[in-house]
Amino acid sequence: MTAPPKRITDIGPPHYEKYLPPVVKRNYGQWKYHETLAPGVLCHVAESGEKLYTVRAGSPRLLSVHTIRLFADLADKHSGGYLRFTSRNNVEFLLEDPAHIEPLIQDLKAAGYPVGGTNASISNIVHTQGWVHCHSSATDASGLVKCMMDALFPYFVEEKLPAKLRIAVACCLNMCGAVHCSDIAVLGIHRKPPKIRHDVLPKVCEVPTLIASCPTGAIRPATVSGKQSVEVLEEQCMFCGNCYTVCPAMPLNDPENDGISIWVGGKVSNARSTPKFTKLAIPYLPNHPPRWPEVVNAVTNIVEVYASHARKFERMGEWIERIGWPRFFQLTGIEFTRYHLDDFKNAGMTYARSAHLRF
Amino acid sequence: MAENGKPKTKLLDELEKGPWPSFVTEIKKTSDVSPMCDDLLGQLELSYEERKGHWKHGGIVGVLGYGGGVIGRYSDVPEEFPKVAHFHTLRVNQPSGWFYTSDALRTLCGIWERHGSGLTNMHGSTGDIIFLGTKTDELEPTFAELTAAGFDLGGSGSCMRTPSCCVGPARCEWACYDTMKLCYDFTQAYQDELHRPPFPYKFKIKCAGCANDCVAAAARADLSIIGIWKDDIQQDDAAVAEYAAGGLDIQKDVCDRCPSRCMNWDGKKLTIENRECVRCMHCINVMPKALRPGKERGAAILIGAKAPIVQGALLSSVLIPFVPAEELFETMKELISRLWEFWDEYGKNRERIGELIQRVGMANFLDAIGLDPAPEMVTAPRDNPYIFFQNKDQK
Repeated sequence: MTAPPKRITDIGPPHYEKYLPPVVKRNYGQWKYHETLAPGVLCHVAESGEKLYTVRAGSPRLLSVHTIRLFADLADKHSGGYLRFTSRNNVEFLLEDPAHIEPLIQDLKAAGYPVGGTNASISNIVHTQGWVHCHSSATDASGLVKCMMDALFPYFVEEKLPAKLRIAVACCLNMCGAVHCSDIAVLGIHRKPPKIRHDVLPKVCEVPTLIASCPTGAIRPATVSGKQSVEVLEEQCMFCGNCYTVCPAMPLNDPENDGISIWVGGKVSNARSTPKFTKLAIPYLPNHPPRWPEVVNAVTNIVEVYASHARKFERMGEWIERIGWPRFFQLTGIEFTRYHLDDFKNAGMTYARSAHLRF
Repeated sequence: MAENGKPKTKLLDELEKGPWPSFVTEIKKTSDVSPMCDDLLGQLELSYEERKGHWKHGGIVGVLGYGGGVIGRYSDVPEEFPKVAHFHTLRVNQPSGWFYTSDALRTLCGIWERHGSGLTNMHGSTGDIIFLGTKTDELEPTFAELTAAGFDLGGSGSCMRTPSCCVGPARCEWACYDTMKLCYDFTQAYQDELHRPPFPYKFKIKCAGCANDCVAAAARADLSIIGIWKDDIQQDDAAVAEYAAGGLDIQKDVCDRCPSRCMNWDGKKLTIENRECVRCMHCINVMPKALRPGKERGAAILIGAKAPIVQGALLSSVLIPFVPAEELFETMKELISRLWEFWDEYGKNRERIGELIQRVGMANFLDAIGLDPAPEMVTAPRDNPYIFFQNKDQK
């Protein structure tokens, strides 16, 4: 009998060094400056004088092994087999020979992967799994991204905005796509309290954990039909889904009432102004797959109003801070409602505590 | 089912139109790898028709000896779509900076073609390579092939999540420390905490080489390591003049946009009052040939960022204003051990470290981890007079 092969564990990821192009290895930490040659094409110049050319292309993030192999083949053909992905799910080819830039761009375009996403553009939309793979999603994510990027396509392939504009989609408040600091955030929401499945709750949930999960203390123990369960004080429910995360017997999904909210003005960069959270622009839009026309129109409108009013280098949030929120709502034609007034923990911080007013 | 056993996808077909690459096309063209893709499309079409998801809540599956790295997923309509009755996800720890060779990608594709749906995310939100959809029986064989090829799983659940970093010194002149190496070193140092969830909730570390923060460390990481320099901006006057000659309005686009107004342009020379500079990166972003971060480089350490769940979203806040680049790994290891010890003892179930700090107060938190308060930690001192004076300060 042969011994079973030794089980390998806890090795961590491969060392990055073996994936770095030779020009990067030679100039690691010795980059001097960079220039943008065209939208999606960067040139980094090292102290040594050597140059590295980057060609960036958009992808749907959900990639077939066939597409990854296509990228691998293109890398072999044009960039010595070296490529990387960005934090916004773009693919980047790392070239030493500038003669390959144009042929690579043509190959990418022919395969349907547009080149762009640099500087004052709308880069790829970061997003969550949605109906493709998630249990708690209030909407799909990949579909929303596809529809919005189709509409905003010219802003990806050109750099014609006042500053960069970053969009993110999260299909529920868990926000595994972290949309709380983007220029524009598209967030799936529930609007009805959980429908408690009293029949299975005692079997699948720990009641104390469930009660503790609620940020507003809206869940109380209750006996239903002689069985231990819980009740929800519905007027205290803000439809966050925390209870469902810890207890599958508390589903919030409701096709008639689930929908999408739009948030604006966040950023993570420290350039000029400090990082900011996104703020509510539109509390609810209906969930209309497959093309979500209401969401696409709302986001396109916000982008276009921003593009035509903001000054050079002003991010969405910086522009709104300069002109003031009343003017933002006026220019975009978005209605200001009671839902725009915060009523959670730090609500008072958002009240206008001055007599600085514009008319 | 339509002809040839392929699902009808009337609604999803609408998402193959338009100029942006389509995820529906990606799923369709992977049908030859695994019939799971057909049932995934079928179930997704049903979700589009009914406007609701069809995945069940959770399910604990994994590989032997690990408490994370696999997300269990089961269909709630398995009779209709039996091929995605199990459709588990593996998180595969990405290499620092998401660099690959074509051969490495082909190796990953081969493994996933043999054992799963052939669908991936490049990459998931935490930064991992996502292998999207396989059966329970395939988890161990996938893992065995991955580790034989030098890859390992990433984190999920209440663990140290897969750390991630920006491109850093591999391609960026603004990297104030080696993000790629620090990310790799953390990942290797904390393999146990990554694979066997020991904490009250998740813990994320993100390494950004400068304050532009391309990995959103300030918004998403419990521990945000953001590159910064201490001395003066490196300035090349000839290059500044070149930008001016090239049409850049240095007064309007650089000086007037500076948040601390620390720059003066007299039409010929740019003068920077470096003591006033807050190192925001704007002027450097606009004139990368002329201005560069200083030479005394390191990182600011910020703590506590998170998305809204449970008690509301937080941005990271300053914990240590500057750690020299060469001391980062050792200093951070020491700090992390103190953070985890405190969080482990006082953190409630599903309480991120930022929320714990909010609950117990920054002063108590600093006492516990042995750091002195510093004015860099606040935007302003308290404005409320309800002070909890301590016994040791009373007579």
